[in-house]
Amino acid sequence: MVKPTLEAGALIDGFRLEELIHRGGMSELWRVTRRADDPPMLMKVPLIKEGSDPATIVGFEMEQMIMPRLTGPHVPKFVAAGDFAVQPYIVMERIAGQSLLPRLKELPLPYPEVAALGAKIATALDALHRQHVVHLDIKPSNIVLRPSGEAVLLDYGLSHHAQLPDLMQEEFRVPFGTAPYMSPEQLKGDRTDPRSDQFALGVLLYFFSTGVRPFGEGETLRAMRRRLWRDPEPPRKLKPDYPHWLQEIVLRCLEIEPSWRYPTAAQLAFELGHPDQIKLTQRSERMRRDSFRVVMRRRFNTDLKHTPRKADVTAQLASAPIVAAAIDLGADPSLNEALRVTTRRILATLPAARLACLNVNKVHRLALDTTLDDSGHSKQVDRLVGLRAWAEPLKLDAARFTVHVLEAVDPADAIVDFALANRVDHVLIGARDASLARKLLGSVSAKVAAEASCSVTIVRPPRAD
Amino acid sequence: MRGSTASCPAQIVMLIALFADIHANRQAFSACLDDARARSAQRFVLLGDYVGYGADPEWSVETAMALVADGAQAVRGNHDHAVSEPRESMNVEATVAIEWTRGELGKPARDFLAGLPLTVTDEDRLYVHAEASNPQGYSYVASTADAARSIQATRAQVTFCGHIHRPAVYSLSAAAKMTAFTPVAGVPIPLLPGRRWLIVAGSIGQPRDGNPAASWLMLDTAKREVTFCRTPYDIEAAAAAIRAKGLPSWLAERLSRGL
Repeated sequence: MVKPTLEAGALIDGFRLEELIHRGGMSELWRVTRRADDPPMLMKVPLIKEGSDPATIVGFEMEQMIMPRLTGPHVPKFVAAGDFAVQPYIVMERIAGQSLLPRLKELPLPYPEVAALGAKIATALDALHRQHVVHLDIKPSNIVLRPSGEAVLLDYGLSHHAQLPDLMQEEFRVPFGTAPYMSPEQLKGDRTDPRSDQFALGVLLYFFSTGVRPFGEGETLRAMRRRLWRDPEPPRKLKPDYPHWLQEIVLRCLEIEPSWRYPTAAQLAFELGHPDQIKLTQRSERMRRDSFRVVMRRRFNTDLKHTPRKADVTAQLASAPIVAAAIDLGADPSLNEALRVTTRRILATLPAARLACLNVNKVHRLALDTTLDDSGHSKQVDRLVGLRAWAEPLKLDAARFTVHVLEAVDPADAIVDFALANRVDHVLIGARDASLARKLLGSVSAKVAAEASCSVTIVRPPRAD
Repeated sequence: MRGSTASCPAQIVMLIALFADIHANRQAFSACLDDARARSAQRFVLLGDYVGYGADPEWSVETAMALVADGAQAVRGNHDHAVSEPRESMNVEATVAIEWTRGELGKPARDFLAGLPLTVTDEDRLYVHAEASNPQGYSYVASTADAARSIQATRAQVTFCGHIHRPAVYSLSAAAKMTAFTPVAGVPIPLLPGRRWLIVAGSIGQPRDGNPAASWLMLDTAKREVTFCRTPYDIEAAAAAIRAKGLPSWLAERLSRGL
């Protein structure tokens, strides 16, 4: 099927080709218009010629299957697709904003900026994974920031959808992807693990914060395969001022074994958003790569590793939720004990879940609040201590829980906002007893239950009778 | 009754429900008919094996005959064939069930089964019970190689079959590569026009993929999408009926386990 070359002004199914924006090896991108009230749109047209790479066709078929099913701010909105037999194309929303590609000139970026960017991309990955899709080609040119700040992920030609036939898997025995960003498991042909995207994001964060690619360009398959056993230079070796917390995150994303990375992209986003509470392991201190002996064991003692199981995107996300417990430190001890019992129950069934303990410091709308109490103590510190004391009997690993004191006029709003911003899956909150305070102030838990974007469990102490 | 299909040109039929391997399971068959109608199915396609294993062969065949009289398309399965052909080889439970079935079906039902075609072609679709390369051989499609053999034996863009009682999706690309996929219930799969497809419906009356709910297909010809549907039904009643007829008890037990 030889296609005539497209020209500006041509009409395809009502779309007018206005301007050729990009011509790559596999496709052309056109700015198109249809009706006056349409948002800005792009048309992606695959370049399919006699003898062209079958990957071009299969990639485009995958994109035509996956894109219409994706929703939310982290993907370009799908508009229309053209029939393969006539003129294949995909029309989608044109995102105002540039990809991260031009930013390569500015590398390395300041650490806080890298962390903020990483959190946005991890949030977008979480949104994609929740729609059963592993992207498998995360790199600067496939990420655009909306003017409103959200990261948008482009190009689903190499993606895997857990609920649709994977046409790539069977068609090609060689791994497809972008060499510097490809995860070890992807190199071995596993296309089903959402944590592969975390690895690619780790490469991007490493590159953006040091100016150096952790695995080089890796153009040959032989060079690429080295990452199956060879860890990258620790960033702190390249940059002595590199923060421990950022090295902890970046090297954890780049772990060779997927199950040593973060359980979910949401948990990675959470860590990037709270650098002061990251558990610093030996990873954060490393100044040199793993020893020759370790590398040789990885390379030749392959029978130590269990055979990779087929990861299930959906099951994996469900097993690693972020749970937030809202604690009123002044509440009846029996209520806080009941909250602890419920929390323990949930964490015991889900070992990859993490816990955020919240307390709201109610501030007054008008009066000037002081952060110190009458005897000069910091209220903030007291509350953090109180939260840690509440969580202590749960005996959680430091990597599994964080404490947060939120300041707000309305406690319910603060909890709802925290849950939304941190992609919390489940809020646990105590019901205040039928006191005068509830009558006068209304129930915080009822408002949280009504307004939260996630599941909410309202906990009561056991009955006394 | 035929007038309703005659006055309704094929092009505007968009939702087609496809049922395979009903196997005389009245409870499952009627639950799936209700479900398909509730989901606005406009036409039925029956992919064979109306009898065998289950306790209500007469009712199942009569229901299939009524559907065909109302415009449904139907093909013959190996159990349907075995009713009139004692030499058809089957496992021992199936053989016992068919021997009993012969004594249950009246002449109209037996004539209906004997008169069914092995394949039906409808536009760019082919309906067959087991696979298309040798329809009367009733081989299982258990691998991509089996699926490729079937696809290459037809000109149809999409072949629909049953027989193995486990849902599956196979496709053959323009570059002659096969893909295999175990579908997820309720998620529409686009039948991309650039490749050819073999869609294996699960079974209505005796699912064997570990999920005891009855399995069938809904094809949307306008969107070119197929959806695998699962319908729960009264398994206890179906199993009790099998036991009451003195059929092998394993045929009752396996229903609740989906194997």
